[in-house]
Amino acid sequence: MAYIELEDVTKRFGVVTAVDRLNLSIEQGECVAMLGPSGCGKTTTLRMFAGFEDLDGGEIRVGKRIISSKKTHYYLPPEDRNFGMVFQAFAVWPHLTVYENVAFPLQIRKLPKAEVQARAEEALKHTNLFHVRDSSPEDLSGGGKQRVALARALAIRPDVMLLDEPLSSLDPHFREEMRFEIKDLQRRFNHSILYVTHDQSEAMALSDRILVMRLGVVQQVGTPLEIYGAPANRFVFEFIGLSSFLQVALRDGRMEVGGASYAPPLPPPAELVVQGGAWLAARPNEIAFTAEGGVRATVLRKAFLGEVMDYRVAVGDAEVRVQTSRRDPGPAVGEACGLVFERPRWYPLAE
Amino acid sequence: MTAAVNRGSRVGTSQILLGLSIAILVIVVAVPVLLIFLNAFWVDGAFNVADVVKVLREPDTYQALVNSLILASGVTVTGTIVGTFFAWLVTRTDLPFKGTMKVLFLVPFMLPSFIGALAWKMLLSPRSGYINRMFMDVFGLDGPVFDIYTYGGIILVETMYLFPFVFIQVAGALERMDPTLEESARISGANLFTITRRITIPLVMPSILSGSLLIMLYSMAHFGTVAVLGIEAGIYNIPTLIYEKIHQSAGSFASIRTGTVLATVLVITAAFILWLQNRVLSRGKYQIIAGKSFRPTQLKLRGLRVPLLLFCIAYIGFTIVLPTATIFMVGALKTYGLPFTAENMTFYNYKFILFEWQLTKDAIWNSISLGLAAAAITMFAGVIISYVIVKMKVRGKGILEFLGMLPFSVPGSVIALGVILAWSGKYGVNLYNTVWIILVAYIARYMAFSLKANSAALEQVHDSLVEAARASGATMWQALRDVVVPLVRPGMVAAFFLIFLPALRELTVSVMLYGPTTRTIGVAIYTLSEDGETVYSAALAGIALVIIVFGESVIKRLFKVGRKG
Repeated sequence: MAYIELEDVTKRFGVVTAVDRLNLSIEQGECVAMLGPSGCGKTTTLRMFAGFEDLDGGEIRVGKRIISSKKTHYYLPPEDRNFGMVFQAFAVWPHLTVYENVAFPLQIRKLPKAEVQARAEEALKHTNLFHVRDSSPEDLSGGGKQRVALARALAIRPDVMLLDEPLSSLDPHFREEMRFEIKDLQRRFNHSILYVTHDQSEAMALSDRILVMRLGVVQQVGTPLEIYGAPANRFVFEFIGLSSFLQVALRDGRMEVGGASYAPPLPPPAELVVQGGAWLAARPNEIAFTAEGGVRATVLRKAFLGEVMDYRVAVGDAEVRVQTSRRDPGPAVGEACGLVFERPRWYPLAE
Repeated sequence: MTAAVNRGSRVGTSQILLGLSIAILVIVVAVPVLLIFLNAFWVDGAFNVADVVKVLREPDTYQALVNSLILASGVTVTGTIVGTFFAWLVTRTDLPFKGTMKVLFLVPFMLPSFIGALAWKMLLSPRSGYINRMFMDVFGLDGPVFDIYTYGGIILVETMYLFPFVFIQVAGALERMDPTLEESARISGANLFTITRRITIPLVMPSILSGSLLIMLYSMAHFGTVAVLGIEAGIYNIPTLIYEKIHQSAGSFASIRTGTVLATVLVITAAFILWLQNRVLSRGKYQIIAGKSFRPTQLKLRGLRVPLLLFCIAYIGFTIVLPTATIFMVGALKTYGLPFTAENMTFYNYKFILFEWQLTKDAIWNSISLGLAAAAITMFAGVIISYVIVKMKVRGKGILEFLGMLPFSVPGSVIALGVILAWSGKYGVNLYNTVWIILVAYIARYMAFSLKANSAALEQVHDSLVEAARASGATMWQALRDVVVPLVRPGMVAAFFLIFLPALRELTVSVMLYGPTTRTIGVAIYTLSEDGETVYSAALAGIALVIIVFGESVIKRLFKVGRKG
């Protein structure tokens, strides 16, 4: 049995099912990111895990101990769960100093004075805050405040760390730095982390596994490589990385798009052939131009973005995004060209 | 060439506006206050502090200072406790009907406290109060249950009307506070009691303090309740003693001097309290407001839910419904003191007051016309002054900013005294015993409201909006007319009603300035009650309450419509 188990966890707000029978296991020392657009239920799941929300179904266990259960109506209060939590809006207390913020949870636990000081100072050192321990957190930057929150969570030696969009309120150039700091600390202390974010690159960089959610329903759980390389459905494909979609008709072993018929770049699954149509999905940088052959298209717009050349091309009525890293000029705006799909995937039209 | 001409004319405009603004504030506010200081400190052509100290050490002035301190401290403590408790109850617990309760707790703000004091006098005066008499008759008690003519009585009645200052500030802070500040304490291991003590209360402390300083400010300068309940037992505070001195001794030199010395003390105290409040607000202003939409954890009252709801209902019933009902009931009695039975009740009093008695008809007419005139004049003057302070970059603005702060720290009785000194003929203009002197005093008294509402509205209008209009080809005047004025109109309307409604029920200023034909509603209610015409006084108070509640609901409607559009 895994260290952390969420079993059929469900939450309803009125008629809306915010989280629908979510199942997830997390091993000791593993970092799992819950990723999805706002309103997908990821924050609600985290808040149920922290104990701020009751469950409308299911059970949550940590280290074989039940902490929330709909069946038995048992809910361990948040203050008794021994979790560390970092919030999006920092939630550091402005009326206390940096040191007092970090020492607060230790004082609450009635630890001996010497130990409170030792552990608070240790946490401050790990987060590079020792030199500002007597300042007001109000005088720190967003990154500084978030480090105070992190130190406060670390100081209690939590069983689980919960991070609720911890980097979203930071300036972009701080985000990457903090990302590495969090990763380093996790490696050092071997924390189990449940991490909520809507930023896919954050999820990819930090977590061992990613759980993608949409409208309360889990779409896919897997390593960052699996999520990116083999998205379970069109939503995951579109949510992770850049994407281009082409709606095609499937007839007689060929695909039809923009009034022309082509041999499909890879054979579509049988059930899609039966349905007679599908989405052809590809990453923009996995589509190449060819002068002759390919799916015929016309260049609508073209922009040089530094790293890549970014194209919008028309295939019939549809618009497809293509990115090439080549320095050669490529087709000009208005020019006809052919598209070669290098690693496409098929998804049913219903998605 | 054109640019030069434009710049020339703009400087001209701003100088006219600046000059006008300074003139209004100097004439209306600065001169009266200055005259008070002069009269207090300038004796026989020389600056004299020893004499001021001598006045302050006279037994009755000294006692008034002590009384003001006792009453203000008492009201501040009780008002802060009551206000904070109810604010917490309606924002952080699962009390039923919280929304309704919140609205009801703000009702005392719109009721004039001296009318409340009159009602409590009818209910709890030691010998003839209805409640006291009932207990003596029914239970055979020898003395009254509660004597309202005491420090305790005055403090309780003032608390009923002033606690919303704390309530509104604390409820606002608790509602806007980022819930994760408390959740992070919870996940850190703290229980709800510890969180309240170590996180929530310290974080809303600036709001609590700022509200309680407002209570103190108002209580210090409060006339009505002390005048109604204190005089019988000889309890005077600074404003009532000023009134007594001016009113009784009809302008003798000694009494005016005592008045000005007391007024000086009042101005200094008020300025000090305001300065303190400013400091509390600016130093303690934590960034505790954040945008995430999760509601704060509500304390489940469980078994206390219904008892606390009943307590709130009882509080509202006791402090709002009971005094209001008393006013209307007594106003309908044939003679004061009769029991409330059908054969003792009549509508004649109301009819007499509204249509037959010249004194009360005058009072109603005076209050309405004075209110409208003061509101209109003060609103327009306030727009001009606020515009110069907020938007214009002209030299000499510093003087204006200082003058603009002045109305905030000058209590009503001080304004009234200053206006008497300035406009009773000594300097060529005699407005004494006319409505004009009351009008001037109203303008001075309510200028602060107008400045506040108008500068708040003007600060919302970003300079770039005017610049965009100018860039589109509009002249300065066109930009003002087509861009600025439409955007500040809500502020102007707010200012108008913020002045008109309090002016309708004004007592403190008018009671010192009224003449034989220039009673206002407040003065008429107060003097009728002092003359023993309790029934007519109550009937007029009832009519005043109807007008006030009607006015308030019209504004509510008006602003709802305005916001939608």
